Order: sequence, then C-alpha cells, then structure tokens
Amino acid sequence: MLTNTLRLALREIRRNVLRSFLTILGIVIGVAAVIVMVTVGAGATAQVTEQIASLGSNLLMIRTGQRMGPGQTTAAPPFDMDDVEALGRDIPAVAAVAPSASQRLVAVYGNANWATMVTGVDNQFFIVRNWAVASGRRFLETELRAGKAVCVVGATIARELFGPQEPLDQLIRVGTFTCTVIGVLEAKGQSTFGSDQDDLVLVPLRTFQRRVAGNRDIGLIQVSVAEGRSTDKAKSDIEYLLRERRRITGSESDNFQVMDMKEITKMLTGTTRILTTLLGAVAAVSLLVGGIGIMNIMLVSVTERTREIGIRLAIGALEREVLLQFLVEAVVLSSFGGVIGILLALSASLGLSRLLQIPFVFNPGIMAVAFLFSAAVGIVFGFFPARKAARLDPIDALRHE
Amino acid sequence: MNAAAAVSPPAPPPLVALAAITKIYGTGTAAMRALRGIDLAIGRGEFVAVMGPSGSGKSTCMNILGCLDTPTAGGYRFLGVDVGSLDRNRRALLRRHYLGFVFQGFNLLNRTSALENVELPLIYRGMGRAERHRRAAAALAAVGLTGWEHHTPGELSGGQQQRVAIARAIVTEPALLLADEPTGNLDTARSIEIMELLTTFNRDRGLTIIMVTHEADMARYARRVVHFRDGLVDADERQGETD
Ligand SMILES: Nc1ncnc2c1ncn2[C@@H]1O[C@H](COP(=O)(O)OP(=O)(O)OP(=O)(O)O)[C@@H](O)[C@H]1O
Ligand SMILES: [Mg+2]
Repeated sequence: MLTNTLRLALREIRRNVLRSFLTILGIVIGVAAVIVMVTVGAGATAQVTEQIASLGSNLLMIRTGQRMGPGQTTAAPPFDMDDVEALGRDIPAVAAVAPSASQRLVAVYGNANWATMVTGVDNQFFIVRNWAVASGRRFLETELRAGKAVCVVGATIARELFGPQEPLDQLIRVGTFTCTVIGVLEAKGQSTFGSDQDDLVLVPLRTFQRRVAGNRDIGLIQVSVAEGRSTDKAKSDIEYLLRERRRITGSESDNFQVMDMKEITKMLTGTTRILTTLLGAVAAVSLLVGGIGIMNIMLVSVTERTREIGIRLAIGALEREVLLQFLVEAVVLSSFGGVIGILLALSASLGLSRLLQIPFVFNPGIMAVAFLFSAAVGIVFGFFPARKAARLDPIDALRHE
Repeated sequence: MNAAAAVSPPAPPPLVALAAITKIYGTGTAAMRALRGIDLAIGRGEFVAVMGPSGSGKSTCMNILGCLDTPTAGGYRFLGVDVGSLDRNRRALLRRHYLGFVFQGFNLLNRTSALENVELPLIYRGMGRAERHRRAAAALAAVGLTGWEHHTPGELSGGQQQRVAIARAIVTEPALLLADEPTGNLDTARSIEIMELLTTFNRDRGLTIIMVTHEADMARYARRVVHFRDGLVDADERQGETD
C-alpha cells in the first residue's frame, strides 16, 4: 500500500514538474541557507580555532575597555610601561609580557603601497605569539632602546610591496617615517573574514610611540602563561593586579579585559556569528514560506482532484488512506525540496569556502537534520489539505466538475 | 408473482432490503423530499432496472443503496446487516468488499491507463502487484478490451471507457453492481454492447445488478423493473427472459 502511495505521489509530482518545482523553491532556499550557514560557520570556526592554536594555548590578551558587543568598546585609560613591568614582576605565573600599540597606516615601497596594521612591539612579541622570523632578524636591544627606524614585516607585506624582490635592507615608508626592513616574519598562512595575520609591520615600541602615536600609551598587552601554570589563576591574578593599579574598587566594573583562548575565539568569530544568525533568519523565513507554498499547492491539488477523491472513496478508500495519499505527496514534494537544497548548499558552500579561503567542513549530520526538517515541513503543512481531501463527502466529490 | 413467492421454500435474507426509506434534502421551506418511503428488497442474482421520470429519486436511492449517502429515515439492510449503524469507515469497507459502481459519466481517473484504473480497487484490497495485473487484465478481457490496457481514458471512445468502468466494477467480484444510467452518454449501438455485457455477467457469474435507465429498450434486458414516481415505488414487475 505504501509503495503504491509513494508511486502515486511521484507520478502526481511528475505531472506538474514546473509547478512542483516552484512549490518547493522556498524549501530549497531554506534548506540551502541552513546548510550553507552551518558549513561556512563551521569552516570559519575551524580556521579561527586553528589560528588560535597557532597562538599557543597559554596566551592571554589584555586590552583596555570592556567590549560591549562586536566592535563596541567603552573608553578607558590606556596601559603604560609601568603596568607591563608590574605584570612581569608581580605575577609569578607569567612567562613573558609583550606590550604593543597599533595603528592602521599605509606602507609604501617604490610605486607599491599597501594599507596595513603598524604595531609597535619589543622582542617579547615573538615569544608570546610563538612567531619566528623567516629571514633577517629580530630587533636589537639598542634599536629598541633608541627607537630606531627599523621594521620586521609580515609575509603579506613582503609579497605586496616587494613581490619577487628581496625585502631585507630596503627602505619602506610607513605613514610619515621611513624605516629599514631587518626581518620578514614566517607566514601564518591563514585568514579569517577580513583579517590576515600576515598583514602587519612591526616596529620597536618606542619608535611607534615617538613617530606614530606621539604618546607613551600601550593598547594591548599579550601575556604568555608559564608552562604548567593555570591560565585561569593567572587571569584572575592579572585582573586583581590591574584593578589595584587602575584604582578600581569594590563593585565598580573593570575598565579592561583579560581574554583567554575562549574569549579570543569568541571575539574572532563575532562576525561569523552575525552572519550565522542572519542566514538562520533567512532559513526560518524560507522554510515557513516554503511550507505555506506547499499547503497552498496541495489545497489547489485537492480541489482539482476532488472527482478523483470521490472515485477513490466510492471504490472503498478509507479516510486515512486518502489522508495518507495526500500527506505522502506533500512530504515527497518537500523532501525533494530538501534534497535539492542539500545539493545546492553543497556546491554553494564549496564555492564560498574557496572564496573566503576557509576549510570546507563536510557535516553529514546537518544534512540529515535538514532533510528530516524539510520532510517535517511537508507533514505539518500537508496535513490540513490532506485532511480536507479525506473528509470530502463521496457524493459531493463525485458530482464535482 | 405472489403465488410464486408463496410456494417457494423460506428464502434467505435478501441481498439488500430498504424499509420505509425517506430522504429529505435541505430544511424548512426549502426542504425537498426526494424519497418518501421506499420499500424494496432485492435478492442475489437479480437484474433490476429502475425507471421513472426525472427527479423521481432514482439516483438518490442508488446512492443510499451504494452506501455513499445516508437516508433521513428508514432502515437499510445489506445481507442482513443494518447499514445505518455503520460508521463512515465501515461503510467504505462495505463498498470496498461488496459493491461495484458504474456511473453515467464513467468516472475513470484521467491520464491513468485502463489497466491501472481497473487495478485501483484491488490496490485498496491490498493485493500484490502480479496478482493485481493478472486480475485486471482478465477483467479487461471480459469486457472485450484486450490490447487497450495501456490507453488512457482520453484515448478511448465513450463505449470503451464505460467498458473499462465495468471492468473496474466487476474486478473485485462484488456482491452487487450499481449502475446509474450506464448508457446515458452512449449511442444505441454502444448501449446495446454494454447491456449485453451486463446481461452476460448476470447470467454467467450470477452478478446482482441494479441499473437506472430512462430507456425502455435498455430496461428490457433486466428481469425485473422497478418504477419510481415522486419518491415512491410506483410499480415493481418481473419480466421473462429476453432471449
Ligand atoms: N444534493 C441535493 N440537494 C438538494 N436536492 C437534491 C440533491 N440531490 C437530489 N436532489 C433533489 O432530489 C430529487 C431527486 O433527485 P434524483 O437525482 O434522485 O432524481 P433522479 O430520479 O435520479 O433524476 P434523473 O432521472 O434526472 O437523474 C430531485 O428533485 C433533486 O432536485
Ligand atoms: Mg439520476
């Protein structure tokens, strides 16, 4: 009986290919959106996780202000070198403390120019970020102390400004000053939405403070926690110390933030989450619209086939058999939508992950969920028309023109 | 006729028995009394023609006999079972297992082959595919449509369509065949073919047939003619074999 019902449903759908396709378009879009969302989201997260793993699991980032949400930060006094020294001195769990300050500037070499992040650091930076210099060298103590015009560039800068040329010992202009390239960083080779880790120019912190910022502020302190020490403990110790130094008392909330891996991940995946939420909304609306589309077309179908239903009832079809027939038809229709949506999503996710340069994460679970969900849409929205068909009066249905 | 009934041994319950059946459509001043007290018993193996002027309640009565409609009042027994006490599902099962319908408008499924149309009632009986094919093909052969199995109603003449409908009605070997003006849409030659087919089934297979017709020529094939007038049985006469 069920195979017959299934065959019947398939035939009914084949009779109206175009109409059936238009009917399931909503489901197709909804399912595709869900899967693309999850796949791309998972890819982005996987990439961010990988990036963070490359940072080392013992990294803490300390920044001023409290982040309210993506991109929103409350104003707060900056850190200074005394804070950095205090952290290194007073917290035994800290292995290395790397202060830094950054600003977006244009780097120029010959005819080539490239907007990049210029960051003032000391040699601790290479330690806490676990980042080696591929060619050339780090800064000398004398260069750091005197604030010399030297720089270490990221792989992206080397590529964009110098191309095939050797960057070492060349002069590049950064904002208003000129510096000598003394080193090129190892490529990290990954990028999240809009942020390329290799797109940076490092200069001595003092050079940055004098030539770029014009103040002694420190925007970000990165700390690596010593091997075998608890990151959570270090984090709360740092928070305690900084509250004291910044004279935050009692119930006053922090005007700085110490982020561990979890929080850094959250920060880096912030844009992904917005995208995910948006696509999720699109998916929900599409599935709803798709469901209503199916209900509509099934109602039309019941009206068109009233006489057929009458014949079936006269021959002895039971109410539930007619119900099942139309329900199966709705479910087959919506499941087709699900399958097409899955195929569409697979190709779209492949294309998108290539475009955004994130890994393609194949997730059979979400495909199964999407398929079952589309089938469920068929059941929910097909039920009312199917019941309408099943409850028809046989004589009225037979008389129907 | 009464004398004949009196000398025959005690009869088993008739196939169908209507007792004081009334049917009123609508309510109040718009009420239409389509049937005003029908008493009718039909035994197994009978071939009954129902005649009467338009609007006399023939179709209404057929729908009640076919368990497609329920009477306003009165009793209907099918093989001794009170149909009035059956719910919608049980009436559907009664139709499935005991009844075959032939309609004036053929009522075949469009865009569906003759064979599949005939198979339809067997599907609802849960019969396997091979057995279904065999039975449906045999039924089509019995109505002289061998070779037309894969034509859709749109590709068949009216007479052929009605023969497909008859094949569909008899494929389940029903206890009772109900035909409401089966030749109403056909020319005389086609009508005679259909009547001869029904006569054959009645004579050779003992199929009980109740048939509504307007044409005296067609009623002549039946062995009993019931006349309706204004929702009542006006006359009920048996006639000799026509051949
Ligand atoms: N569904 C309905 N609603 C209201 N009145 C109806 C309905 N069906 C039939 N009638 C009325 O009941 C009466 C009997 O109708 P019925 O169809 O039984 O007549 P009939 O003998 O079959 O006529 P015909 O020979 O024209 O087919 C008619 O007056 C008709 O108008
Ligand atoms: Mg009629």
